[in-house]
Amino acid sequence: MAIEVRDVNKSFGTTPVLHDVSLDVAAGSLTALLGPSGGGKSTLLRVIAGLERPDTGTVRISGVDATRLSPQRRNVGFVFQHYAAFKHLTVFRNVAFGLEIRKRPKDEIRKRVMELLELVHLEKLADRYPSQLSGGQRQRMALARALAVEPQVLLLDEPFGALDAQVRKELRTWLRRLHDEVHVTTVFVTHDQEEAIEVADTIVVLAGGEVVQAGSPGEVYDNPANPFVMRFLGPVTEIGGSLVRPHDIEISPDPVEGGSPAVVSRVVRLGFEVRVEVEIGGHEAWVQVTREQADRLGLGPGDTVHLRPAPGARSLVLAL
Amino acid sequence: MAKHVLRVVAVVYVLFLLVLPVALIVWRTFGDGLAPFAEALTSPSALHAFTVTLTVAGWAVLANTVFGVGAALLLVRHEFPGKRLLGAFIDLPMAVSPVVVGLALILVYGRFSPLGGLLESWGIQVIFSTPGMVLATVFVSLPLVVRAVVPVLEELGDEQEQAAHTLGASRLQSFVRITLPGIRWALGYGVVLCLARSLGEYGAVAVVSGRLVDQTQTLTLFVEERFQNFDQPAAFAAATALALIAVVTLLFTKLLRPKDRSDGN
Repeated sequence: MAIEVRDVNKSFGTTPVLHDVSLDVAAGSLTALLGPSGGGKSTLLRVIAGLERPDTGTVRISGVDATRLSPQRRNVGFVFQHYAAFKHLTVFRNVAFGLEIRKRPKDEIRKRVMELLELVHLEKLADRYPSQLSGGQRQRMALARALAVEPQVLLLDEPFGALDAQVRKELRTWLRRLHDEVHVTTVFVTHDQEEAIEVADTIVVLAGGEVVQAGSPGEVYDNPANPFVMRFLGPVTEIGGSLVRPHDIEISPDPVEGGSPAVVSRVVRLGFEVRVEVEIGGHEAWVQVTREQADRLGLGPGDTVHLRPAPGARSLVLAL
Repeated sequence: MAKHVLRVVAVVYVLFLLVLPVALIVWRTFGDGLAPFAEALTSPSALHAFTVTLTVAGWAVLANTVFGVGAALLLVRHEFPGKRLLGAFIDLPMAVSPVVVGLALILVYGRFSPLGGLLESWGIQVIFSTPGMVLATVFVSLPLVVRAVVPVLEELGDEQEQAAHTLGASRLQSFVRITLPGIRWALGYGVVLCLARSLGEYGAVAVVSGRLVDQTQTLTLFVEERFQNFDQPAAFAAATALALIAVVTLLFTKLLRPKDRSDGN
């Protein structure tokens, strides 16, 4: 295991932030710490980096107990949400920083930095200052800077959180490809479930300072440990006292076995998908259907339909 | 119309308060040409006063720079009991009259006080000597560096320092390579202000120095003493020299100030 976190507790003043958190991160994996804000995921990342000291518990990095080590000695790469670019240094000097601290020979530094700048497509901007770069470019610079010291693990704290939607999507894909090239064990924090599912090969869901579930994106999406995880990982709706994904519901105009009657209240066309809003047993619910399906059924407000979970659909029974 | 009235009021105000007095001093100084000016400033007493002023100001600026950066870091980066009290104490010299500062220093370090007596028995004379004058000057110019650096340090945040730590930098390395360059313009501004204040200090130094001619006489004391002794050419020459130094330092602060915002470009 590249990172082993055991029974970590951490409070800020009287506010508990992490409660008995244990976590294993496999070497070479790309892991997402996913959860709502205030769930403790950034604090956990900072504990791993040594930027916060846990009240109790241990952190091992590559088999070495790092709990009492300062960040300086942990050899981790850390990327901040707001880049933490060294404003008075050029892009080149930013990336070279860790190597200069390690007193590597000038030629070696030059070679390594230019390699990294090529990797993050900033080789033409080496002499610029951070203030002359866009947000996406600054974050790629921060990544190159973290990678320069060949860290044992790379930690990213909401790395795309400060970027606009378009750049975010580009960088996501790019991060995945970068990881496939570099293979450094990577943990990133996000509150965006789409980002976690798209980029990570393991998702750890954190809420209320506890690990709620850990697994592959497929596992976590299809077999959520509880209603919270199910809700957090994707759209859900409630029919017959169960939580179901809206795309896992069969809708038919005629009564079907195991189905429940519902009244259509609204039909919303969202391009390729159609959202059918219904009232079922006094609840509001909604069903996601394709446009073709919607056209075939010819639904309109006031129509009565029959709903049931599709065969093989995952659902969670809600405690009443 | 109101704009014009305001403008006239402002101009007249500045004219009578600032421009006229300074212009008159300059006029009186150079009224008989440059020779008397040079002569008055190169007299042994004047040269000695220059040396004393530079020595005292130099030490005071050094002390306040080190203390200022340290206190600013403490106030911005750390939480500790008594933090607000420290902040208030740092601003105290702004409110206290320098004469009071001088008297207070005599009470603590004077020959007949326990601490002063002890130091005296070790051969260290504080009052009526350079150490006391440095202390007095340090006290009156104490807030300048701290107050210049604190807001910039706050704006800078500590993420860059944390990033430096994760990249393997020690505390000292991250201070020298990251924090110091981040606050350099503000620090320069604070240091220049502190220097200007130290050079011009009169009240506190007047009390603790004992005004010993050719011993503890600074330039400001020299001006006053020459004036009292009806040696107006020397008084005006030294006053003009002080004013010129002030103008030059002021120009320095003007040069330093705008760069606060476009740091690094």
